Amino acid sequence: MADTEEPLDLIRLSLDEYIYVKCRNGRELYGKLHAFDQHLNIILGDTEETITKYEFDEDTGEEFINSTKRKIPMLFVRGDVVILISPPLRTG
Amino acid sequence: LFFSFFKSLIGKEVIVELKNDLEIKGTLHSVDQFLNIKLNNITVIDEEKYPHLMAVSNCFVRGSVVRYVQVPAEFTDLELLHDSSRIEARQQKKV
Repeated sequence: MADTEEPLDLIRLSLDEYIYVKCRNGRELYGKLHAFDQHLNIILGDTEETITKYEFDEDTGEEFINSTKRKIPMLFVRGDVVILISPPLRTG
Repeated sequence: LFFSFFKSLIGKEVIVELKNDLEIKGTLHSVDQFLNIKLNNITVIDEEKYPHLMAVSNCFVRGSVVRYVQVPAEFTDLELLHDSSRIEARQQKKV
């Protein structure tokens, strides 16, 4: 039974698991959570970063140009760029 | 937690990616409590993004402009990181 668990406790449950991190500037990270702190600074192992660039089309509205960068070994992510943290998104 | 993490990496080569998309590879010389970083022997990644600072071999980077720091996986003690994170989270809860 979760007894007054704070968000940080819920993140703690994901240690050594793969997580999805949404970051500012249309960046998303999938990686293994190795460490975090109260600022949401994160150490992510085996990370894949996706940067989604938007091309603005006057007629239809927004359009996507998607680009993926990959950083594998070990990545420190500064807490002030993190928007949200979640278990990996599964289709369905 | 992360202050001691970076202290354990002093002397290793890291790549710092800044919020303005600059990527700087260098040897970690020192770090402080704000995670400000001093790098020695810097080289650039991707010439197009980089405003030429050819005269510079050492630099000080303010912690707040860092987006990511890429560190070598072989120098990170995962068990220690996991345990330290659990302790940090518990300490924050008590505060």
